[in-house]
Amino acid sequence: MPPVITVENLRKVYGHHVVAVDDISFAVERGEIFGLLGSNGAGKTTTVECVQGLRRADGGVLRVLGLDPQTHARELRRRIGSQLQEAALPDHVRVWEALDLFSAITPGGHDWREVMEQWGLSDKRKASFHGLSGGQRQRLFVALALVNGPEVVFLDEMTTGLDPAARRVAWDLVRQVRDMGTTVVLVTHFMEEAERLCDRIAVMDAGRIVAEGAPRRLVADHARYVTVVFSTDAEDLAWLTEAPGVERVLRHGARVEVRGGGAVLAHVAAALVAHGITPPDLRVELPTLEDVFLALTGHEMEE
Amino acid sequence: MPIVFKMTWIEFKLLSREPVTLVFSFAFPILVLVLLGGIFGDQTMERGAYQGVKMMDWYVPSFIALVIASIGTISLPVHLSSYRERGVLRRFRASGVSEAALLGSQLLVSLGVAFVGAVTISLLGIVVYGVQMAAAPAEVALAAVVSTFCFAGIGTLLASLAPTARAAQSAGLMLWFVMLFVSGTSAPLDLLPSWMVSLGKALPLYHSVLAMVDPWIGRGTNWTQLAIVAGIGLVATLVSLRVFRWE
Repeated sequence: MPPVITVENLRKVYGHHVVAVDDISFAVERGEIFGLLGSNGAGKTTTVECVQGLRRADGGVLRVLGLDPQTHARELRRRIGSQLQEAALPDHVRVWEALDLFSAITPGGHDWREVMEQWGLSDKRKASFHGLSGGQRQRLFVALALVNGPEVVFLDEMTTGLDPAARRVAWDLVRQVRDMGTTVVLVTHFMEEAERLCDRIAVMDAGRIVAEGAPRRLVADHARYVTVVFSTDAEDLAWLTEAPGVERVLRHGARVEVRGGGAVLAHVAAALVAHGITPPDLRVELPTLEDVFLALTGHEMEE
Repeated sequence: MPIVFKMTWIEFKLLSREPVTLVFSFAFPILVLVLLGGIFGDQTMERGAYQGVKMMDWYVPSFIALVIASIGTISLPVHLSSYRERGVLRRFRASGVSEAALLGSQLLVSLGVAFVGAVTISLLGIVVYGVQMAAAPAEVALAAVVSTFCFAGIGTLLASLAPTARAAQSAGLMLWFVMLFVSGTSAPLDLLPSWMVSLGKALPLYHSVLAMVDPWIGRGTNWTQLAIVAGIGLVATLVSLRVFRWE
């Protein structure tokens, strides 16, 4: 089956000099949750807005469900769902009115009452938009993106403004949406969200894709180091750097962090025992997407 | 239900929840009408093409045109451009709402508000100032509908060209105030210096006023003026469809 989305050499320049998206290519397969991960300003939103036909690309070839988003925007928008990062509704429109209106734009979509129920908006059905909390607005916008029963849904920073519990609920719902057959494109700067939710991610930095693959694959490929952590009062630990596999030893008071590759935990443990130190809190921290991001971009994720 | 009617219905509900937005469209023209009524109460036109016509028989239909102009040149562009500023239009567009549905709903809302304004002003004139009932109500209604189309087109154009809601409001207010003074909706036309009449003729309200007054006072539909009003509306609508911006 051909990919749902193909992006080839997409380029977008703002003004004359600000290159927001710099020659990127990727494909999204049917039925997957594909993540675009990166800091603010990395070009993620610009990318998905071009893909949805909301912005005109300056270069490259885009296909979504076989359609060119530049020339078939309206036809395409009926088959996709969009949760935009910056959007609003009229202040005095009620939750149910918005869902009713947006479901009417595309006949044959879901029953808006079910979507309202799923996203926990039923007890707010008569509330005005301006009376909703940030999290409620966010859930309403996701519900509006799904109410037309889209084949592909674009979620741009969907969990911003949600508390941790609501975020987990949202992740479960997105998995359900995918399980029902909808392809999901997720834009996020939350490492945890990308790691837990996405089947594949593309890491973006300064308008380029610097890595692409399944989160676990990326961690295995790009973060080869593990960190051994323990506490000790021992003064001199210079001998630790001699242990096989050890790259670097960092010390913050009693806390010691040893970074190294492969079997470093076993070697560190052996060396500690040999020097009569048996810390009860000896443990290993496996690399996360955060380490991958740091390794790839040379900077931490900016919130 | 086609989406344009659904949007129109929601816009009416929104208006009813925030009725204060209608105040300027109605209250100000009514206030001016009352003031003019105090000045010209039972006088008749002494000169010009409308010699012998009672002043208030002129003012009432012309103020219906004035209300329609304020809906089109002030309320509509402020509404549309604040939707754009806040990201409401972005949201509509991303869900596949067409320009035609959006602008069509704005036109229908304008027609509804114009109807309420027309009835209010007519009742005020007839009850308080003893103005004669429109001689040809259907022809007056036709002129009102064409005028609404014209000013809604101008309002959409203003909303498309103005960078912000504030800019749209300033431009709309300025246009409306100028028209108020040069279109026979304040001082009678025969008292105006010729340059002001020329300015009036260059703007749509002047023509809309004549198109409203003539069938009201029994002179029948003024097809020339109606055609001018329709023409201005058509041009404004076509241009605004080309330059309309969602964000």
